Amino acid sequence: MAIALETHDLTVTYHKRPVLYGIDVTVPEGSLVGIVGPNGAGKSTLIKSIMGVVPSSGGWVKVFGTPLKENLHRVGYVPQRESVDWDFPVTVMDVALMGTYGRLGLFRRPGKKEKLQAQEALEKVGMLPYANRQIGNLSGGQQQRVFLARALAQDSDLYLMDEPFAGVDAATEAAIIELLKEMRERGKTVLVVHHDLQSASEYFDKLLLLNMRLVAFGDVKEVFTPELLQKTYGGRLTILSEVADHAAKF
Amino acid sequence: MESLSLNLSLSCHLLRNMNYFTIPWDNLGIGAFWLMLMAFLVALPCSQMGSFLILRRMALTGDAISHSVFPGVVIAFVLIGDLASPWLIVGAGLAGLASTVFIELIHRKTRVKQDAATGISFTALFALGVVLMESMLGKNVDLDLDCVLHGRLGLLLEEHHVEMFGTMVPQPILVMAGVALLTLVMMVIFYRVLLLSSFDSGLAASYGYKPLVIHYCLMFVVSFIVVAAFQAVGAILVIALLILPGAAAYLCSCRLKAMLFLAGLHALLSAVGGLYLHVWFNTDMAAAVVVCGGVLLLLAWLLGPVDGLMWKWLR
Repeated sequence: MAIALETHDLTVTYHKRPVLYGIDVTVPEGSLVGIVGPNGAGKSTLIKSIMGVVPSSGGWVKVFGTPLKENLHRVGYVPQRESVDWDFPVTVMDVALMGTYGRLGLFRRPGKKEKLQAQEALEKVGMLPYANRQIGNLSGGQQQRVFLARALAQDSDLYLMDEPFAGVDAATEAAIIELLKEMRERGKTVLVVHHDLQSASEYFDKLLLLNMRLVAFGDVKEVFTPELLQKTYGGRLTILSEVADHAAKF
Repeated sequence: MESLSLNLSLSCHLLRNMNYFTIPWDNLGIGAFWLMLMAFLVALPCSQMGSFLILRRMALTGDAISHSVFPGVVIAFVLIGDLASPWLIVGAGLAGLASTVFIELIHRKTRVKQDAATGISFTALFALGVVLMESMLGKNVDLDLDCVLHGRLGLLLEEHHVEMFGTMVPQPILVMAGVALLTLVMMVIFYRVLLLSSFDSGLAASYGYKPLVIHYCLMFVVSFIVVAAFQAVGAILVIALLILPGAAAYLCSCRLKAMLFLAGLHALLSAVGGLYLHVWFNTDMAAAVVVCGGVLLLLAWLLGPVDGLMWKWLR
């Protein structure tokens, strides 16, 4: 099977303190991967360093077999919802259109084709009726849908999403996971930073257990085990060990 | 009956005082137009770049630049010896850029956060400018502190005039018109880069935009504008021209293009209103422009369609 993403010895340091070391991962095309681990495990840092948004101090990243720079347009990054200012004077449509900026380069303006793509993307996440609204008037779930629409408009082959389920309502969560599965069916590869262990085993095909180092990466049935979860979350496992017990019963 | 006579006397009063509106033109002739145009040409580029500074939460960086250009002006003046030389603008622009580099270095390399780093760098550089000026130039030079703080807008009509299309135009107007035009052109070219990097720097970086390069380019343009505006309105009032229009427009619009247009409109109205205040009350023109801009901001706060207090009360 073709490989979508490969990292070797990826290491990131902040102020000389390492936050991620030696991450070796090979993600096959068409997989839906959940990145899980405790707070401060470096989950967001991992996808930021893959994207080059955070500089890495060692190792390399290859996307579809070549260095990221040569394949930038095939990779879509969805930052955390909290990372932007939702009072910013832009409309839902403007944000969806930003998904096409990467392809357009620095100076070309979005034309009819791009607008149509943005419209279709909004339609898909059920946000087209809100196209002309200012983004500050949306609920958390709606804001996340707009971010996903922007990612769809990017039309990438590999997506890296930072906590798309954070602070959204149950209906949106269900809609998002539906969308992610549909993307996988179309051969897209999606990596998702995820907070909730309980749902992680249901949502994803593969899990990446992370705690500054790579604890395990593989199919859910292989890595969602009490031992590995214990190793990822350390001693702080009361509710978590119940989850693991639950998992062990499968 | 009574109300009719009241009405009549009111309109008579207004008619008699119509000359309030022609006073500037009666007193200054075409000079009134030059003053207004100059104020607008200074406020316009400030309003556009200031809008982006506000959206990027960097409003105080404009403040920093406006103060820290001072040592650059002094050093350039010592080297050149001519206050009208364009090299002064270059020197000041470099000093402005140096201050932003200084801010970045402090907050990236130490534990001091950006707000403190901004506070450190502009006050220290401004003080350096004062020390340099008084030690290298003595106290009796043309380049005085009063001018640095208040600008030379009031002296516009006494500046050197150049003939253009059969009329004599004060030279600073031509310089400022060039600055304004250049700013607008740059903004149109880099509009989407500015929009995306201001809204979502993470996504911008994932597209291969270089956030730090964009930051420094923006800072360079702001330094350039501030230096040009600084000569007209002084170091303190230029901050108002950077922030007031964008802030007022921000309260009235949900779209970036509308915000930029309204910020420009705010600049125009401040210039027109400033001229009248200047003539009616015989005050400093630059301060009058800023007061007018402040009143407009207050109106936007009360009546603005997006965030206006009045709509909240009515609801």
